[in-house]
Amino acid sequence: MEKGNDAVPAPRSGHTATLNRKTLLNTRGTIFLCVLAAVAVGVPYLNATGMLPDYAVSLIGKYLCFALLAIALDLLWGYCGILSLGHGAFFALGGYAMGMHLMREIGERGVYANPDLPDFMVFLNWQELPWFWWGFDTFWFAALMALFVPGLLAFIFGYFAFRSRVTGVYLSIITQAMTYALMLAFFRNEMGFGGNNGLTDFKDVLGYDLQSQDTRIGLFVLSALAVAVGFLICRAVVISKAGKVIISIRDAESRTRFLGYRVEGYKLFVFVLSAMLAGLAGALYTPQVGIINPGEFSPANSIEIVIWVAIGGRGTLVGAAIGAVIVAASKTILTGLYPEAWLFVLGAMFVFVTIFMPRGVLGVWDGMIDGMWRMRGMDPNERRLRA
Amino acid sequence: MSLLILDGVSRSFDGFKAVNGMTLAIEPGELRAIIGPNGAGKTTMMDIVTGKTRPDGGTVRFDGHDMTRIDEAGSARLGIGRKFQKPTVFETHTVEDNILLSLRDDRGVFATLFSGADDTARVAELLALIRLEDRRLDLAADLSHGQKQWLEIGMLLAQDPKLLLIDEPAAGMTDEETARTAALLRDLAGDHAVVVVEHDMEFVRALDCRVTCLHQGRVLAEGSLAQVSANEQVVEVYLGR
Ligand SMILES: Nc1ncnc2c1ncn2[C@@H]1O[C@H](COP(=O)(O)OP(=O)(O)OP(=O)(O)O)[C@@H](O)[C@H]1O
Ligand SMILES: [Mg+2]
Repeated sequence: MEKGNDAVPAPRSGHTATLNRKTLLNTRGTIFLCVLAAVAVGVPYLNATGMLPDYAVSLIGKYLCFALLAIALDLLWGYCGILSLGHGAFFALGGYAMGMHLMREIGERGVYANPDLPDFMVFLNWQELPWFWWGFDTFWFAALMALFVPGLLAFIFGYFAFRSRVTGVYLSIITQAMTYALMLAFFRNEMGFGGNNGLTDFKDVLGYDLQSQDTRIGLFVLSALAVAVGFLICRAVVISKAGKVIISIRDAESRTRFLGYRVEGYKLFVFVLSAMLAGLAGALYTPQVGIINPGEFSPANSIEIVIWVAIGGRGTLVGAAIGAVIVAASKTILTGLYPEAWLFVLGAMFVFVTIFMPRGVLGVWDGMIDGMWRMRGMDPNERRLRA
Repeated sequence: MSLLILDGVSRSFDGFKAVNGMTLAIEPGELRAIIGPNGAGKTTMMDIVTGKTRPDGGTVRFDGHDMTRIDEAGSARLGIGRKFQKPTVFETHTVEDNILLSLRDDRGVFATLFSGADDTARVAELLALIRLEDRRLDLAADLSHGQKQWLEIGMLLAQDPKLLLIDEPAAGMTDEETARTAALLRDLAGDHAVVVVEHDMEFVRALDCRVTCLHQGRVLAEGSLAQVSANEQVVEVYLGR
């Protein structure tokens, strides 16, 4: 036994002297990763045996990108209490960075067969490649930019917002204004990002044909991997001491400051990390859907991400991913059947969940497990401590 | 030299002088009670000392530092622990985590991100002191009002501050808890300077220390409790109500 513990009465139910720390992989996280692995293997398998049509692979791949985006937002909103209504912007920037590389890979195969310029630039009568397109011929540079640009924007934005102590609704509104401003900017042809049409007609990535099913399966598996990695990064942050500080900021910001923590620094860290994960999601999204356009910056998109997280269960990471998939899949099904009804259904889902399932789908699941523990005569609190 | 010196400090809100030429000195290890009617500027004085509110004029020095250029986190790092008027603990953390987060340690983002072992012995010691050992793994939200007050005091002690600023600790406590709190604060004085704002005169009597009465943002009277209670102005504005 360690010295100094003698004065302490034996802790309940066999907890050791080390302070209670959560593990990287709790039961829920393990189940989540197993399901993810099953999907990563099962979907390509079903596709190969002809039980799943080709388009479904990219469709599910798209949902996985959304799941990663939702996890990123949940880290920020669920744990740090910062409601970003502009997270779609970071996703779109990551998507554009990858899209720019895919445009460069087209090379001479464009309609105008210009080896130096993408089609839309030739169409605009531009003579040379603008400086901000330099380097995007290299895949790794573009991949890095897909993380770096959203991260940098989040850093600059967060630095000023958090330092001036903008919080709550005001912060949400300016994040929304940010994505709106970017949308307007990207719509302009002179910006050099393809304007209205965005970037599309991609041919291949790293030499692999984007139209081939093998490439699509590769991208699909990469997306599943990205969700797993993103989840593990967020989980590691959340269970660390820094994660406890972040939750403290959410619950009692002022108390946290008076304990000597520079709240701005923690918020900035979470904001930048979250933006980079959103950028990664965007970078995987573009090659799978084959287009990135300014519509991705639309405020409605960002609000939809918030709804995913709310429906899945805020502050759970896993719930955010589940919410994203449930909502995105419903959207696919419904917009096929009744396109006009979708926004009403989305609104109704949101209202229903807020009123009847305040902790989201995962909250209901948790309640059921708690009930089972009680039935077996055990204290659900013990479970919570390890969750 | 005094640990904390306020000299001619003023601060107004929309023309209302919440603190108006306040001059006050606290010695290292001193226990001081601050009394005064509602709106006398007691909480605002603490806001100014901890860098939450900037004074319009006057000087504030703590341990040689100019406190008018420091933020809340900075004041904590220099050694000021503050308990709010409304008890504030981290409700969704366990009692143990509340203490752990308060322990003196590197407060930087990357330091906490990769922090290793916890000082379990110190946590246990503090939990024993605030009598919450058996609530160690409960959420702070599940504590009674009085226990939250104690937990918050424990969090301050975990910071090992030079100066404790304690705003109305006895509010919402039972008589027994109140008496124990007074004894605890008396114990702490000596190792730490302790400034306690309180309305409960029984509690102030139990503290058995020098008393300052504030009124309309300035010091009205200062001395032993007997001297201050005998002051006619104090009786008129505060005690005589
Ligand atoms: N941030 C602020 N903005 C506007 N007015 C303020 C602010 N802070 C304090 N005041 C005003 O300053 C005056 C002094 O307030 P303060 O909270 O310091 O009083 P107090 O002595 O702590 O009173 P109590 O015993 O009720 O806690 C009050 O009239 C209050 O309304
Ligand atoms: Mg007050």
